[in-house]
Amino acid sequence: MTNDMTWSPLLGRLSLDAIPLHEPILVATFAVVALGGLALLGALTYYRLWRYLWTDWFTSVDHKKIGVMYMVLGLVMFLRGFADALLMRVQQAVAFNGNDGFLPAHHYDQVFTAHGVIMIFFVAMPFVTGLMNFVVPLQIGARDVSFPFLNNFSFWMTASGAVLVMASLFVGEFAQTGWLAYPPLSGLAYSPGVGVDYYIWALQIAGVGTTLSGINLIATIVKLRAPGMTLMRMPVFVWTALCTNVLIVASFPVLTAVLAMLSLDRYVGTDFFSNDFGGSPMMYVNLIWIWGHPEVYILVLPIFGVFSEVTATFSGKRLFGYTSMVYATVAITILSYIVWLHHFFTMGSGASVNSFFGITTMVISIPTGAKMFNWLFTMYRGRIRYELPMMWTVAFMLTFVIGGMTGVMLAVPPADFVLHNSLFLIAHFHNVIIGGVVFGTFAAINYWWPKAFGFKLDAFWGKVSFWCWVPGFWLAFAPLYVMGLMGVTRRMRVFDDASLQPWFIVAALGAGLIACGIGAMLVQFAVSISRRDTLRDETGDPWGGRTLEWATSSPPPDYNFAFTPVIHSIDAWDDMKRVGVAAPREGFRAIAMPKNTGAGVILSGIATVFGFAMVWHIWWLAGAGFAALLLTAIAHTFNTDRSTHIPADVVARTEAACARQRALAEGA
Amino acid sequence: MCADPSSSPRRLLRTAQAASLVPLAAALSGCDWVVLNPAGDVARQQANLVLVSTALMLAIIVPVMALTVLFAWRYRAANTAATYDPEWHHSTRIELVIWTAPLAIILALGSITWVATHALDPWRPLARLDAQHGFAADALPIEVDVVALDWKWLFIYPDQNIASVNELVLPEGRQVRFRITSSTVMNSFYVPALAGQIYAMPGMETKLHAVFNRTGSFSGLSANFSGAGFSHMHFAARSVTPGAFDTWVAGVRQAGAGLDRATYLSLDRPSEHVPVLHYANVAPDLFDAVVNMCVRPGKLCAGEMAAIDARGGMGRTGLLNVAALTYDRAGHEQVTPTTAGFADARLRRFVRDWCGNTRPLRATVAGDVATSFNAAPAAHPFS
Repeated sequence: MTNDMTWSPLLGRLSLDAIPLHEPILVATFAVVALGGLALLGALTYYRLWRYLWTDWFTSVDHKKIGVMYMVLGLVMFLRGFADALLMRVQQAVAFNGNDGFLPAHHYDQVFTAHGVIMIFFVAMPFVTGLMNFVVPLQIGARDVSFPFLNNFSFWMTASGAVLVMASLFVGEFAQTGWLAYPPLSGLAYSPGVGVDYYIWALQIAGVGTTLSGINLIATIVKLRAPGMTLMRMPVFVWTALCTNVLIVASFPVLTAVLAMLSLDRYVGTDFFSNDFGGSPMMYVNLIWIWGHPEVYILVLPIFGVFSEVTATFSGKRLFGYTSMVYATVAITILSYIVWLHHFFTMGSGASVNSFFGITTMVISIPTGAKMFNWLFTMYRGRIRYELPMMWTVAFMLTFVIGGMTGVMLAVPPADFVLHNSLFLIAHFHNVIIGGVVFGTFAAINYWWPKAFGFKLDAFWGKVSFWCWVPGFWLAFAPLYVMGLMGVTRRMRVFDDASLQPWFIVAALGAGLIACGIGAMLVQFAVSISRRDTLRDETGDPWGGRTLEWATSSPPPDYNFAFTPVIHSIDAWDDMKRVGVAAPREGFRAIAMPKNTGAGVILSGIATVFGFAMVWHIWWLAGAGFAALLLTAIAHTFNTDRSTHIPADVVARTEAACARQRALAEGA
Repeated sequence: MCADPSSSPRRLLRTAQAASLVPLAAALSGCDWVVLNPAGDVARQQANLVLVSTALMLAIIVPVMALTVLFAWRYRAANTAATYDPEWHHSTRIELVIWTAPLAIILALGSITWVATHALDPWRPLARLDAQHGFAADALPIEVDVVALDWKWLFIYPDQNIASVNELVLPEGRQVRFRITSSTVMNSFYVPALAGQIYAMPGMETKLHAVFNRTGSFSGLSANFSGAGFSHMHFAARSVTPGAFDTWVAGVRQAGAGLDRATYLSLDRPSEHVPVLHYANVAPDLFDAVVNMCVRPGKLCAGEMAAIDARGGMGRTGLLNVAALTYDRAGHEQVTPTTAGFADARLRRFVRDWCGNTRPLRATVAGDVATSFNAAPAAHPFS
């Protein structure tokens, strides 16, 4: 279905051949997804949940609900991305001695490309953005983000990108280029099919959401902090969120531009990155990594913030070295822009250039190391409670340092020459992304879940998940470190050297153990929801928290805080508890809140159609979609009925109920 | 300065190597951890850097991990005997240590990096045969031109006037100078036992200097994904005695067919599982033509295009040569041989006037152009 595609005015390149009926794995997957989807739709209809979902969630501009929706999106895509990982591990464990495995190249190459794209753009990014969305306004004592509608729109644009990636599974194909789609391989001459176009439009549409969400959160942090919260009194998580969003706003436009240039090469025959007419594929590699390296820190900085919050809370102690933590975060933010070339030392830059980027890369390990020590000395003379968030934090500290070490090894250019693109590199970045971002996300989910829903997560299944995940990770990736040192490279589909097979089998077993961890986590969610009454937390502060989000009830009311708190200390809530600030019981006023709107859902729906039409060259539909996008956006600007008031008596009733609840909990 | 053996990072590197790492390397040498136990001096030095940087990092990682475990255990909530100081959050002395200790390690590693990156720059001719020996003053490197094709490797030995596919044979103890390019997409040329990798890119030439210090059979591969046949894109890399190398060359020369441009173009078509092929008599300047993307008859070389552009371009006449410049726009396998633009007399005159005909490559290309249009040699554009 690549070279011989025909084009028709009505359907573009789309025809029945685009449905991959010849790939039994995809057909089976489609059957399962279709049945599951139908069951879900049926259940939603049967329980009459559509209206509830639409009015309370999809159209919500409440940052907390949008945060939760980001997490759900991340979780769903995580299952897809992990399924891809399992396919790869099994393929590589069996494809020896002339056995071709069960995945042909056309399918396997899509699997590893989709795995990378999904895990970074549609798992890690939604997780991180969801956490920032949920936590930041609560931690700074704000009622919502600066631009609540924009927030809803951003989420749905990210979801739209995810829909396009999922669509490529069943209609057409995904890119077979690796997750960064280096040209010339991703150019028209070598990837004539729709795969790279799906890649481009999924990322472009999701990128709109990410960039806007970055702008939104910067504005929120800069403008909406509670009185008294100076920059140096912001919780560390807010600091890391601020730095991350600065990185997003500064780097995502580069991704947008480089993908736009790739699109021009593919759609109108320009030669930015082709072999023809002086095009430079090396320029693409530079540009994509100028986005790509900051992206790594976009993911990990907020997670560093999570660990800071968790360590201080569960050690029952102020964070050690707040100031140096802030400076370390800012230093990492700046340095992350001058290291991108370390992703391609082997592309032939001169020794001085390579040395420069190698050394700047190592320099980043200094503030990162300082952070590690700060967590360590926060634990020192603490009284550490090993709840799940803290368990994940300790696992992170012990895992991440190894990833940091191998990262510094890869930063030495001549050492990189022998390790670049090898399984050692794969092990390294999974070491930092799983050991950092994924463990941190799990810490955060366990930590803030009671705030979001008013009940704790079940500890038993959480521990089962933990003890599957952590050894599972090492079992899956230690063999990859070893094989990297044997000179085994990435993205291989079949192997000749039979002596490697045991290592791949061990890695596959590790992936199986991780699968158990994921399963246990899903069970943990289900068990916790069904036992929510026994796990209920009435206090709003189940962990002895130190920051403002714990000052309000769980789940927080729509308006977060009836009165904007006044801040006197870094650990604002800890400070309030200590001086015995009582929650006000009267004098409530009506609170102005933004109104829900369906515009975000509608716009992103149109964007999905537009992207799909562009992928398949259905020009009339793309034109109509683009026009509809503009018109809907303009029409929405005429909707001036955007805010609503929560009357004072409703606020009073809500607050009274919370106070009763809290008094009961404290009395008990 | 970089080659000065007395500079301190160099000494540090060597000391660290001698002190603790050689036994480790020896312990591993039983396995096929080829990256840490290679057969070439360049790869050996690169492996040492892997080990030295590991050792330097462990100097800080091990204490951190030990302290993590210690603090995590000692300050557990159940241990009420441990000091609990909820207000303790600052210590200038500790801050000083936690910033300077990593800094010190990075200073050491950064110095090693600067020196080693320059010393092991793949463009730089080798300074030594191994740790103990230099090269003889009159020792000439052996030249190998490497072309990454979809999905196999072509090795051209210009001095021996032979070529082979998926088989790289090198004499031990002799410096090799690789010139590396690719025909279609990015690949990475990597023989783990010999030296670190470098990208092979279309229209670009990268270089690598290396030497085998012992004989043996190894493997080489592409370390950068290049499409459907990527998994099979590896080759045998054999290090043999100089005598065996001469025998091999003679054998190739005797058994091999010629590698002219037409043969190259058919070899260039995508294929997988390609067996070892040998060629005697390689078309002159074939590698230069590959780098300049003008092997196919009727194509203007990238170098020519650059020369024209450097003189201000052709103006409107330039519109005529689009076809002559097109390499793989329509897909690599479907290049149309018609290059009407280049047949145009005005264009030929223009190129002749602007470019002169000093470079040998130009004559070759011009010859091809002439052949492809059945024109008399006297009428070709660069005469």
